[in-house]
This record gives sequence, C-alpha cells and structure tokens, in this order.
Amino acid sequence: MRAHSLGEQYADFAQQDHALKLGMWVFLASELLLFAALFALYAAYRTMYGDDFREAIAHNTLAYGTVNMYVLLCSSFTVALSVWAVRQSRRVLAVVLLLSTMALGIAFLVIKLLEYAEHFRERALPGPYFHMAELPTFGANRFFTMYWVMTGVHAFHVTGGVCLLGWLVHRTWSGHYTAAHHTGLELGTMYWHLIDIIWIFLWPILYLA
Amino acid sequence: MNPATVTNWLRTMLFLPPESSSVAASIDHLHMFVILTTMIGSAGIGLMALLFILRYRHRGEDLAAGRAPETQKTTPAWVEWGIAGGLFSLFFAWWVIGFGQYVRVRVAPEDTYDVYVTGKQWMWKFAYPDGHHSISRIYVPAGRPVKLILTSRDVIHSFFVPDFRLKQDVIPGRYTTLWFEAPSPGHHEILCAEYCGANHSTMRAELVVLGPTDFARWLQRGDGSTTTPSPARQEPTIATELGPSQPMSLVRLGEAVAAQQGCLRCHTLDGSPHIGPTWAGLYGAKIPLQGGGELTADEAYLTESMMDPLAHHHAGFQTVMPSYLGRLRPPEVAALLALIKSLREVRGQDVRELSLPPPEVTPPAGAIGQPTQPSLPLLQPIPRGPDAPLPATQGLPPPGAQPWPPMRGRVDVGADGVQGDEKR
Amino acid sequence: MSAEPATEVVAAPLPNYLEAESGVASWLNTRDHKRIALLFYVSVLSMFALGGVFALALRTELLTPERTVMDAMTYNRMFTLHGVTMVWLFLIPSIPTVFGNFILPMQLGARDLAFPKLNLISWYLYVLGAIVTIAGMFAGGTDTGWTFYTPYSDSTPTRVVPVVIGIFILGISSIFTGLNFIISVHTLRARGMKWSTMPLFTWAIYGTSIMLVLATPVLGMALALVGLDHALALGIFDPSVGGDPVLFQHIFWFYSHPAVYIMILPAMGVISEMVPTLSHRRPASYTAIVVSTIGIAVVGFLTWGHHLFTAGISELDAGFFGVLSMFVAVFSAIKVFTWTLTLRRGSILITTPILYFFSFLFLFVFGGMTGVALATQSLDIHWQDTYFIVAHFHFIMVGGSVTAFLGAAHYWFPKMFGRMYNERVGTVGAIAVFMGFCLTFIPQFLLGNLGMPRRYYSYPAHFQWLHVLSTGGAFLLGGALLLTLTNLLFALKWGPRAGDNPWASRSFEWLTTSPPPKHNFATTPRLDYDPYDYSLSEEECRARALAR
Repeated sequence: MRAHSLGEQYADFAQQDHALKLGMWVFLASELLLFAALFALYAAYRTMYGDDFREAIAHNTLAYGTVNMYVLLCSSFTVALSVWAVRQSRRVLAVVLLLSTMALGIAFLVIKLLEYAEHFRERALPGPYFHMAELPTFGANRFFTMYWVMTGVHAFHVTGGVCLLGWLVHRTWSGHYTAAHHTGLELGTMYWHLIDIIWIFLWPILYLA
Repeated sequence: MNPATVTNWLRTMLFLPPESSSVAASIDHLHMFVILTTMIGSAGIGLMALLFILRYRHRGEDLAAGRAPETQKTTPAWVEWGIAGGLFSLFFAWWVIGFGQYVRVRVAPEDTYDVYVTGKQWMWKFAYPDGHHSISRIYVPAGRPVKLILTSRDVIHSFFVPDFRLKQDVIPGRYTTLWFEAPSPGHHEILCAEYCGANHSTMRAELVVLGPTDFARWLQRGDGSTTTPSPARQEPTIATELGPSQPMSLVRLGEAVAAQQGCLRCHTLDGSPHIGPTWAGLYGAKIPLQGGGELTADEAYLTESMMDPLAHHHAGFQTVMPSYLGRLRPPEVAALLALIKSLREVRGQDVRELSLPPPEVTPPAGAIGQPTQPSLPLLQPIPRGPDAPLPATQGLPPPGAQPWPPMRGRVDVGADGVQGDEKR
Repeated sequence: MSAEPATEVVAAPLPNYLEAESGVASWLNTRDHKRIALLFYVSVLSMFALGGVFALALRTELLTPERTVMDAMTYNRMFTLHGVTMVWLFLIPSIPTVFGNFILPMQLGARDLAFPKLNLISWYLYVLGAIVTIAGMFAGGTDTGWTFYTPYSDSTPTRVVPVVIGIFILGISSIFTGLNFIISVHTLRARGMKWSTMPLFTWAIYGTSIMLVLATPVLGMALALVGLDHALALGIFDPSVGGDPVLFQHIFWFYSHPAVYIMILPAMGVISEMVPTLSHRRPASYTAIVVSTIGIAVVGFLTWGHHLFTAGISELDAGFFGVLSMFVAVFSAIKVFTWTLTLRRGSILITTPILYFFSFLFLFVFGGMTGVALATQSLDIHWQDTYFIVAHFHFIMVGGSVTAFLGAAHYWFPKMFGRMYNERVGTVGAIAVFMGFCLTFIPQFLLGNLGMPRRYYSYPAHFQWLHVLSTGGAFLLGGALLLTLTNLLFALKWGPRAGDNPWASRSFEWLTTSPPPKHNFATTPRLDYDPYDYSLSEEECRARALAR
C-alpha cells in the first residue's frame, strides 16, 4: 500500500483534500461553461424556428433518451455507492460497483450509437447532410444539427468518464484508497455526477417538446 | 473666430473626412467632444503623475525605516465615490447622446428611395426599383432619404462610406438596412470593412450623389452616365421586355407584372371578393392569420406572402397560392408593392378602370406553397416577429437569386413573440 | 583554561531555487513554481518575438499602397497569425504564467502553488499548443483574422483546423493555470492573512483566474464549432441551411471580451504592486482597487455586444451593451486615479519601473478613453473595423499590458535573479519603447478617422504617409524591445548582485531572499499585517512575519 503523499505546501492532509475538492469544483464549473455555449446556441435557434424546431423534437424517439436517462441515473447511484463501500473498507464491493458504473456508461454509449444509426437511416443529419423527408424545414435542420453536436460532445465526455472510471478501478483494486483517505475516488465520482447532470438537462430539451 | 471655422479646423486636425451626409455633422460634434476630453483627460492625468513624481521624489530618506503616519493617509471614500460618480455621469452622458444618434441613424424615415445592395466576393452590386442594375457604382439622389437594403451572397461583408460616417455589416441569409441623406452631389468612396478573403481590400465601390435633374436624367437613360462614364451593365427587365419607349410609372409597371404573373387570377384591385384577398385597402391593414394572431400588411408581410405564402396565411382564404420565389425579380416585386400601396385608400366596390384581362378561377400551375421550378439552394427569408416594426423589404431574395429547394424554411417565433436578438 | 571563542550555531543558508538542483531534467521535471515561471518566461518571450516578426513583416508590406514584399493571401495570413500569436501565445499567458507563477505563492506566504504537478502540465500543454499552432502556420496558416468569423472561416481555402486545435490546447493550459491560482488563494494563505490584507497583485491574479476558468471554455467551444464547420461542413452557422453567422460572433465575443480583461487585469496588478512600493506609501485606496478588480472581472462578462454594433443587432441590445461598457470603464478609471494619488506624499524612486508606470498611465488612459469613445454607439459606426479599433486595442494591449510586463520584468528582476539590471540602459529602453509605440500607433488613430479599414492589404494612396510613419515606429519599437531584452539578459550573468530587497518594499515576496530558496521561506511566515504599511520599518515587518 502506497502512502499518500502530502505536498510541501500543505500543513496537513485535511488542507490538501480541501484544496483538491475545491479544485475539482472549479474544473466542473469550467466544463459547465463549455456546455453553456451549446445551450445558448440551442436556445437561439429554438427561438428563431419555434414550431418547426419543436416538431423535430417530437420526431426524436423518446424511448432512447429516457432509457439513457435511467442508465445514467443508475450509474450515478452505483458510483456514489462505491465511495460508501470504500468508506466501509469493502474494497471488492467498491470495485464491483465501479465496474457496474463503467458498464452502465458503456451501455449509455451503445444505446446512443443505436440511436445515431436510426437517425442516420432517416437522414436526420446535421447541416447540409440533412435530408429528412417528413420534416423538410430549416427548423428541423437546426434541431438535428444541435442535437448531434450536443449529444456528441456529451458522449465524448462520457467516454472520457468511462476511461477515468477504469483508472479508479485500478486504484481501488490495488488498495490505494483507504476508508480514511480516498480523495481521488471522490474527485472521480464528482466528475461522473457532472456528466449525469448535463444529460439531465439535455434530455428534456432534446426529447420532450 | 466663428464656430464653423473651429469645427472645420478640428475636423482637419482629427483627420476626419468631409461631412457628406445629414448625420455626419452631429456625429462629428460628438466625436470632437469625446476625443478632446480624452486628450485633455490623459494629458491631465499624465501631467499630474509627472508633477507628483518630481515633487515627491526620493531625496535620500532611509527607505528601510518607517515613514511618518501622515504620509500613509488614504484618500477618503467620498473622494473616490465622487470621482467614480462624476466619470460615470460623463460617460453616461456621452452614451445618451450617442445612443440617440445611433437610433436616428438606424431607423429609416418613411418614403425613402430604396436601392438593393448585394455584396459578394469581391464586388458590390446594386439594383434599383426601376429595374436598373449597376456594379461598383451606385447612384442616389441628393437631398432625399435613401435606404439601402443589403445582403450578401457568400460571407459577411460590411458596407462603409467614411464620408457619411456610416457602416452596416452585410450578412448572408438576411437583409440589413442602412439609410442616409446626402445633401449635395458628389462622389464618395465605399469600402468593404469586414474581412472577406483574398481581395477584401479591393472590394471597393463608388457612391455617386446626383442632383435632382442629373438623377432624373440618369433614371431615364438608365445607362448610369452623367458626366462620368459608368460601368453599369444593362440587364433585360420587364420594362425593356414590354418595350415601352417612354418610362413607365412604377404603379403601371406593377399592373403589368400582376397581369403577366397571374396575380390577378386570384386578387382583385377594386375590393371585390375573390379567391385571394383583394389588394384594395390591403396595404397597412391588419391581417387576421390562420392559426390565430394578426399582422400588419406592410412591405415585409406582402413580400413574404409572395415568396412564402403559407408562412402567415390570411385567415378565411384557401391555401392555394404558389410561391413566387425566383419567379419575381426585385424590380417586379417593388412594382407590385407600389401598386398595392397605391390602392390603400380604395375601399369596397370602387371600380378602377383597368385594361386587363378578367381574373380566372384556377390558380396557376404548381404545388401549393411550393415553387414551380426545379431548385438550387437559396438563402432563407428573414425570420421576424408579429407587429415588429421592420425594414420594408424584408423577405426579398437577393437580386439574381436562384429558386428554392423543396425544403420549406418556414419561420416562426415563440408564442410570446420573443425575437432572437439579431432579428429585426 | 584557555577561553575559546563561543561558536555560534548558524544555519547554513538554503541554496536558492536556481542552484538547488541542476541538469536539464531538473528543469523539465520540476514542480517548483519559480522554475516553471522561468520555463514560461522563455516560452512566452519566444512567442512575443515570433508575433513581433509577423508584425514587422506586415508593417513592411503596408509601406506602399500595393504589393511591397508579399502577395495578398500571404499578408492576410500574416495579420491573422500575428493576432493569434500575440493574443494566445503571448498576452494571455504572459503576466499570469511568468509573474503570477513566480510571485503569487510568495505573496501568500506559501511554499508552492496548490497543484504543482498541474502547473507543470500547464506548461507542457502550452508548449504542445504552441507546436500545433506553429505547425499550422508552417502548413500555410489561416487567413480568417484572429476572430475566425463565420461563414468565411467555413469556406476559406486556408488551414484553419490545426491553428484552432492549437488554440484549444492553449485554452486548456490557461484553465489549469487559473484553477491553480484560485485554489492557492483560497487554501494556501498564510496564517493571519485575511482577504483584506492580501497583496493587490494577488487580487488581480485571482480576478483574472476567475475569468480564465469561466470564459476560456466558451472560446474552446466556439473554436471547436468553427473547426467542425470547416472540416466537416456541419453547417452550424451556415445560412443556407438555416444557420445564423452572427451567433458565432456572440459566442466568440462572450469569451474574447473577458479575454481583454484577462490581458489587462494582471497588468493592473503589477502596477498596483509597483506604485506603492516605489512610492513608499500605502495605496491611496486599497478598497477601491479591490472593488474595481472584482467589478472588472464581473461586469467584463456583460459587455461583449459592443463588438457587434454594426453587425445587425437590434438598437435595444446595442444600447444595453453600450451602457454596461461605460460602467466597466469607470472601474478602470478608479484604479487610474488611485494609482496617481498614491504618488502623492510618497518618496518615489525614479527608476526604470516607474518610467514604465508613467508610460502605462498615459497610454492606458488614452487607450481606455478611446474605448469609452467606441462605446458611444454613433461614433462606433464610423470607427468599427477601421484602424481606429486597431490603434485602440494596441494602446491597451501594448501600451498597457506589454508596458506593465516590461515594468514587472525590471521590478521583479532582482527578486527572481538576485542581480540588478543596468539602470541607464533600462531608462533609455523605456523611453525608446514609449516613443516607438507612439509613433507606431498614433498615426493609426488618424488612419481610422480617415476611414482606412483594417485587414487591408492594399489601400487608397492618400493613406500612405501615415502608414510609413507607423512602420517607422514599429521598427523603432522593435529595436527598443531588443535593447531592453539585451539589457536584462546581460544582467542575468553580469549584473551586480542586488540585495534581498533593493526597493525596500513591505510586500510579502520581499521578505525572503533574492533569489528565493526552493520552498520560498525557511519557516512559514505569519502574514497578519498590511503589506503596504510603510509606517512600519522593514525590520518590524520582518520580525512580525518571521517570528515563531
């Protein structure tokens, strides 16, 4: 078991952990601003195109989005439980929970890919590639362009999150985290929660009218 | 030394171009006020700092020792607030004057002479209501408000006339407007002021202001020449195709277009009810819309109805009107608008004498709301909100535009009528 | 018994951070914020030189109305790359990564930043971003202007994508730097230090860091969208498929307006630090400076629309942004008055840094007030996209930020290297920089008034003599900067040794030796007193801080 190292600049672990968590919050704030630009663009186009835009939302398959919503909510639950497990010194349970989170994350991506395939078939693609027969309007074009960009950026972050979870699995399995000290795991779960929260905002604007 | 001399001298010192538009003088006065204050302010601060540095320079005192407490006094808060308040008041005063001028510059008066301007890499093209076209040189009448309706065929450009102190970005996919009044004849440079590619710096043109007689002569001859030769090309228009040897009034032209394009098969000019709304008393009326709400029948609404009839369809009429996008050129649209405007006072069963064929019942061939020709991608008519005061010719396709693809870009706004902040 | 002299137990002096370890690896793998600051110093100065070369090239081209030394597309790439290099490779990192990194931890009384490894990663990301951007330049570069406006950036035949990716990576580096500073200020303040006794430079870096963290992601997204639109033709801003190109301008300027405050706020922090020290008195109002700093950081996010007055936004929007722009100007003005009043009843050392302060004061006030003039909307219609704008932002960025950077380079030189630069050469350099700058950019205000648009390769002939003046000034400025750099490089090796605190400052970074030891302080100081209290002697301050 490796000892956790205390930076020269810190008086004690409590101070270091506080700094790490605050740092993660600031990082999450910057990620939020990244998505904020996309939400603003979405809002602008939706205001411009009103009904046509909304018609296109109605064309999106609600089931995909809702299932994915539940998948991510469950994954947030499992990842939070993994922290609880580590606090109980139950290393194996923690690893199992982290692996479940990864599996749920991958399930999210798979479902997303299936959905993308369907959009592809319907030719509901961004910009000039858009040739959807039943919705030949600019509003639908703008909706699907924003849909692809927003879910694409989110999926990219989910992929990154899954890789991060893999790293956390390795660290937990090797016993790096103790019941008293598991800041790294907490930081990782904070990131995963953000990914979930972003989907909670994406889902209504992309699937509910 | 009278104020005019001082102003002229200042204008020269500040390297300002001649004041050639009706707004240039007031803008220049504000300019001088602001810039002179800037110069005095910065010189004043610099001088004050210089004086302090010299007066309070280090004279051998031991800096490691503590200094007398009165040398550590801070500026009282009321001084800081006073400075902040004073400066904000000054800046706010400038803003108020500047905003007032800005609104006057942006909102065109009634009754302007409209010219359609298209920027494209890397030239300026101009289309006049009477059907003329010119490239790289625009002719406008002196002493009369002129409104430019600008769009781009490709990337963002900017129409800049330094002598007028006026500028407007030219955006693909929508129309922007710029109005001015030039009191006297002259030649002025037009420059593109938004980077648009390799030849951005040569995308220039000339704005020629002609006195009334010269302008009338130019309109008549249509070849753009007065005392200087013009590069304007003459493209065939309905005016020349119909072959009148004398100039036609825009209203008469409108009647000819209406007949030729089949408008009169569904619309009457005398107030009698028919398949489409009558044009009598139409201009300026409040139009009830299918699906609720109402709009005023201004130039923008009427133009949109020609190009995208199903967008804001008049309630109570069948949806059988085809789109005329690509089938009507800007001069023809302008002529129709002039005709409709001329009928604004006509009510009810007043009959006008017209030598035109009686209207037929069947609408012209073509799918409802769809263009009747094969299509190429085109730019979208401008979105807008209900009852918004808008420039008159919103919705017009750029001169020379190709018709629509089957994709109908109908535009709507949210139920609360909120517009995106770029929409006018 | 013979009396032996009492032996004193003297602690061996700690090696300074430059000598603590040696070898290339000790630099490339360092966690020491001071060494990382020097790594950044070398990198950003190289990029400044690169941007300067682009500037001189394009000014040379502008000597004649038609072709002088290059064709139109080369020129268009030149001004774009000048802007990209200067903004993202030099100005935005400059003061924070060099002086922020070096000085901030010491001003907090800390032994390093909160996340030293992340600090090193920031530098590596900077280098990677620089390599990718420069590779893009060598591959032909882009010509869109540093503003990347759509739809031109979608359709330009030039290489947009590598440059955009490079800037994106640089943005991540900035975010990490800002994050590091914010957490350091929150968690590593020395015992007894309240927010109200934190040094003003630290406040400025803190405000800048908040903007870095919140605004840079928006730039990242804007550029990512441009890259996607350019490479994959996704049509996000393409009007022929319903997109709105002006929306890009909104998203871009939402970042880029705070970006200009990111560039000036650290400079203001340097001035806020230099003036009290070199005047040996307390700032005329500490509160005013702190409130203005926060004010700029917050209100700076609300003014982006003033870049779009002629872009087709509604009058109401324009008015809203105009008023807020006036508001934010007041904060800068308060700082200017505070600094000037700080000189009063001081005991001012007339040295190179004070000359840079004076230069900064005049140029920043003039440039800043032309900013207020631009926010006066009717005037902006004439000036937008002309050389007036170019002159305005160069007054702030060069006359403001670069001048402050040079001031900091001299002011903190003894602290960083333990040596003193040649004062006479420094003075000549400062004056020459000021004159070169004025000769370069004052003609550009006049060009703007005349109506000369920016980004013009060829121009109407009657503008030529003003361009010739400006080019002359540019070469003078370049020479002056070279002279200044040479003076500092020379002093690195051959300058006389400076004492620990040559300016007799009471600010906290001067409590330790010059150059400082690897972990800044032998013992963690107690910093519960005012860093600008010149009624205390240096000895008293030291005793209070370093007493056990």
